[in-house]
Amino acid sequence: MLSYVVRRLLYGVVVLVAASFLVFTFVSISGDPLAQLNVLPNASEQTKQNIIESKHLDDPVPVRYGYWVKDAVTNQFGTTLLGDRPILPDLWRVMKNTLQLVLIAELLAVLVAIGIGVHSARRQYSAFDYTATTFSFLGLATPLFWLALMLQVLVVQVLEHTGYKIFPIASLNSVDPGSGIHFALDRAHHLVLPVLVLMVASVASYSRYIRASMLEVMGSDYLRTARAKGLPERQVTMRHAFRNALVPLVTLVALSFGNLLGGAIVTETVFSLDGMGLYFVNNLRANDPYPVMAWLMVTATMIIVFNLVADIAYGFLDPRVRYE
Amino acid sequence: MSESRSSAASPADSGSPDVALAYESGVEVKARSQWAYVRMRFLRHRLAVASLIVLVLIGLVGVFAPQLAPYGYDEQNLDILIQGPTLEGWHLFGTDHLGRDYLSRVIFGIRTSLWVAIFVALLSTAIGTTVGALAGYYGGHVDNVLMRLTDLILTLPGLAVLLTASVYLGSGEPLKIGLILACLFWTAIARIVRGLFLSLREREFVEAARAAGASDLRIIVRHMLPNCLGPIIVNTTLVVAAAILVEAALSFLGFGIQPPSAALGKLVADGQAEGFELWWLVTFPGLVIVLIALCVNFVGDGLRDAFDPTQRRVRA
Repeated sequence: MLSYVVRRLLYGVVVLVAASFLVFTFVSISGDPLAQLNVLPNASEQTKQNIIESKHLDDPVPVRYGYWVKDAVTNQFGTTLLGDRPILPDLWRVMKNTLQLVLIAELLAVLVAIGIGVHSARRQYSAFDYTATTFSFLGLATPLFWLALMLQVLVVQVLEHTGYKIFPIASLNSVDPGSGIHFALDRAHHLVLPVLVLMVASVASYSRYIRASMLEVMGSDYLRTARAKGLPERQVTMRHAFRNALVPLVTLVALSFGNLLGGAIVTETVFSLDGMGLYFVNNLRANDPYPVMAWLMVTATMIIVFNLVADIAYGFLDPRVRYE
Repeated sequence: MSESRSSAASPADSGSPDVALAYESGVEVKARSQWAYVRMRFLRHRLAVASLIVLVLIGLVGVFAPQLAPYGYDEQNLDILIQGPTLEGWHLFGTDHLGRDYLSRVIFGIRTSLWVAIFVALLSTAIGTTVGALAGYYGGHVDNVLMRLTDLILTLPGLAVLLTASVYLGSGEPLKIGLILACLFWTAIARIVRGLFLSLREREFVEAARAAGASDLRIIVRHMLPNCLGPIIVNTTLVVAAAILVEAALSFLGFGIQPPSAALGKLVADGQAEGFELWWLVTFPGLVIVLIALCVNFVGDGLRDAFDPTQRRVRA
């Protein structure tokens, strides 16, 4: 088991290095940071020269990659291209905000999806089942950015007609959020709509999976045995079927982390939340390769770790799976 | 699952020697009856058929956009600025503050967005099938390189990679966006085809073909690929839906298709810029995206059931 984990981690490092080299080369060859400098309106030749010096922009790409790796490892991903702003503190701040948003949304989504999925499977082809199916198809076909916008439209329309603002539609906090419990309440109030948006896609796909895996388990022999020995139906579904049906969900949730970040990019942009997604988009717009690289490396690391955790968890939950 | 798929598509399982003879004399005879079954099962799926009809209609609207749109894409009418949805003058989707008719803009947007999505689906299927077939058939190094490559792509968040690619490859044109999307979408199909090929490679009819002296290319194209058509077609359909949604998100964020080309995602973004009091500008282009993606998914679902009747029986 330990050797398996070590091997996977080593492989993850190799993948990270390969991915970072590919992305760095791609970004450096196709985007010309020097061109960025030249359009700066009031930068003196000296400043430009300094930036070129400090970022080694006049060296060939592999050499620059070497400098970047050195910066990333020893100097916390270094600084931005212009303005010399350290990257890591910014990245930590937005990461905390995004994790807060994403974790709340995922937790709620899993709970709701379990409820819907289990109930759908127990009452297959009932009105509830059909409604749930319809909504999950709708959820999977709705672009998240549009859903977010429609919620904002709704809030604005309600505000126009009743003069009452149900939810804030932008940023993580009010201008003056206060402290302690007031801060938390204010934050929660601001997070309602973004969490709702992120939940929709997750609930739509998770509930389908849970329904399918419940149905699969429901047809198995040990459930027939459980019924045959006279267990009440409730105990059969909740204790025997439900637990085993949950196992695939662990992998699914861990593997959707990348998608979730995609959802965060869109949601945070629409609601202008100070999170990883908005940070990424802003730096892409500013054409600054260094924060973008740092962002991609951090998220890639998280995805690799999540995948590993999912596999290990799967091994614990399902003893038939063995790693060597 | 792959077992049930291959048995559904395999000629040997249909039993009688006549069928086997018919198969010997010409693949077409057997293939036609297989397609007839698929068509029959698909037509029984009413929701899928209805969705297909809606999709064809939307597609026709896209193809004949210049003829059907009541106004031009950028045509301004200064007499009707900021008009909500109305029957008058066919401004069903309203107008913006420049007096541009949003129904016409959406119709042109459908044209671009559908074109890109279908392009992405076909191209990524072509790439993915080729790579997956080679990896599954030859195994070894080819297979290893492919699997490592897909690992690499799966390590980074997809939307972030697409955004980065479209920033640095200079976006705006539908063709370029389509190429970028296809470069990321082929891995799923490659994995599926590889998996199918790994199991098909061990089957007797492949061995027989090899014994008869068929070349690798012939075995892959004539004997193995036809047995993978079902899953490939289903996946191509699902890629259309995914591509529509992702392209819309890219265009919405300003990294996708840009003017002068119309795109549904960009229209939503334009509507957002005009303020939420003009709710119709945001609502209608988005609704069209939902409608297209929904119909494509239903068709894909119907196709899956049609190609793979055994799987349906398990689900029911």
